[in-house]
Amino acid sequence: MNADVARDPATPARNLLARIGTGHFVLAALLLAYPLVSSDFFLTQIGGYSLIFGMLALSLSLLAGYGGMVSLAQISFAGVAGYTVAIFGENNSNILGFGWPWWLVMPLALFFAATSSALIGWVSVRTEGIYTIMITLAVATAAFYFVRQNYTLFNGFPGYTGLRAPIVFGVNFRDPVPFYYMCLVAATLSYAAVLYAARSTFGLTLQAIRDNPRRMRAIGFDVTAHKVVAWFYAGLIAGLAGVLLVWFNGRISPGTINVAAAINVLIIAVIGGLKHPIGPFIGALMVVLMQTFAIDIVGAERFNTLIGVFFLAIVFFSPDGILGLWGQLRQRLAQEDLRSRQ
Amino acid sequence: MTANVAASRLQDSGAYALELDSVARHFGALVALTGINMRIAAGERRAVLGSNGAGKTTLFNAITGDFLPTEGRIKFFGEDITDLPPHERIRRGLRRTYQISQLFGGLSVLDNIYLACRGVSRKRYSLVRPKPSDANRMQAESILHAVHLESVRDTPVSNLSHGQQRQLEIAMALGGAPRFILFDEPAAGLSPTERRDLIEILNALPAHIGYIIIEHDLDVALRVSEYVSMMHNGKLFKEGTPEEIENDPQVQEIYLGGGHG
Repeated sequence: MNADVARDPATPARNLLARIGTGHFVLAALLLAYPLVSSDFFLTQIGGYSLIFGMLALSLSLLAGYGGMVSLAQISFAGVAGYTVAIFGENNSNILGFGWPWWLVMPLALFFAATSSALIGWVSVRTEGIYTIMITLAVATAAFYFVRQNYTLFNGFPGYTGLRAPIVFGVNFRDPVPFYYMCLVAATLSYAAVLYAARSTFGLTLQAIRDNPRRMRAIGFDVTAHKVVAWFYAGLIAGLAGVLLVWFNGRISPGTINVAAAINVLIIAVIGGLKHPIGPFIGALMVVLMQTFAIDIVGAERFNTLIGVFFLAIVFFSPDGILGLWGQLRQRLAQEDLRSRQ
Repeated sequence: MTANVAASRLQDSGAYALELDSVARHFGALVALTGINMRIAAGERRAVLGSNGAGKTTLFNAITGDFLPTEGRIKFFGEDITDLPPHERIRRGLRRTYQISQLFGGLSVLDNIYLACRGVSRKRYSLVRPKPSDANRMQAESILHAVHLESVRDTPVSNLSHGQQRQLEIAMALGGAPRFILFDEPAAGLSPTERRDLIEILNALPAHIGYIIIEHDLDVALRVSEYVSMMHNGKLFKEGTPEEIENDPQVQEIYLGGGHG
């Protein structure tokens, strides 16, 4: 398809339109117009929160869907970025808080998240399948207990409070509408980067390593190095989500990065589907909606059961998540269409 | 005499492509390879024959570094590559195919060959999509023609037939600028027509590219090689021209009599 587009002699502008696709334009228009019809609650608690968790799941999807490496530590890398914001920026906890400006703290947070991800990646790429999951689960658990017990650097159990999104050129990103748009821009950038890079040389190498690492070595690729670079990129996206998450919550504590949160990211990615970068965002929206409204439907004691049943149903009926359901539906419609023409 | 073939080649090229010096490989108590000494001139085309379990594929794995040899040294165009990881050996011009196809099932045929070309060139980490004018992309297209896979250019590899996968398996070894190729049973499971195509492809390779071919089908093996090494129980036990090997009574007993039934 890409090759066809490239051969098309149409003008570059039309070319670009065709490549981006109508679906994306419709989706962008809907997301841009969302603040017009939505309350503040729906804007941040559903919209912003879904976009943030969608990015976290996207960083997992990059590793798992394209690279075949399932990581449970993505929330930990988001935590690295979050604690960096708390320690180097301003906080209310009277511990550390160097007060650096956001434009310095944010790149630093992304850098720390990406390097720690690459480091954990480097340790875990020697393993495969279930062992990668176990190692990253161990990392997530260790990170949680470490920040909970360490008071000099991470302020232990209470963590840090008073972490605020910045005011830039008079726009206060703590307000719902600017905050939503900030999340939307970050999520769109991450999504577009993954979508584009999936067909880049590096994206192809990653998928090839997932399919057959032995052959990749036999045609001259350093498989370990490619995997570590993938972890670095995944860490960047997780770090970006982590910064937004602490600005959303206004705080970070060990509870933000506990094992339940780590598994939550995996559930979102699986519910949405790993085959396309839109999957994690669909999954995040579903899970956030359920976590918010299941209490109203089945009561406070049973809401986790409802989420569990939904997860089971998705995995049972469509191993490829909601994206897979969409694929099945499209196939069935195409068949019906063929039949009706006969 | 047979040694003269190699000797004349040596004068042409001035170097051995491969030198194996008492190479051995053990798997626990199992001795898969032992005392392998081999000299193969640049551009030489050699067949390695032997019954199942003779150690032929293990020999390939030792040369490419898929498994490191337990003992011995391996030189590639004069350079000791014994301790190099597989991808470093490949970047020096060594290539291989596999007995059981090792392909990227989720990617298209063209992308498979493109990666095989890109693996030994620069920008392996590029986040830019390759343009049709990209040198590696263009080489991939021409290899695609050479192995007659144009009709399935954009098909995911997992949808290919067995024969097509075998063709692609060979295409994967032609990317970049190979100097020496190890073909592991390329004709396995091919139809007679596909075998003819295969022989054509092998004979059409540029003269400077040497290879070792493991092949059970003597018709194929003897038509694409100028020199033959026989293996049995992890050892090399006889070398000679195709005619000499074909007429050797010991070879007939071990290989044609026993292994072929």
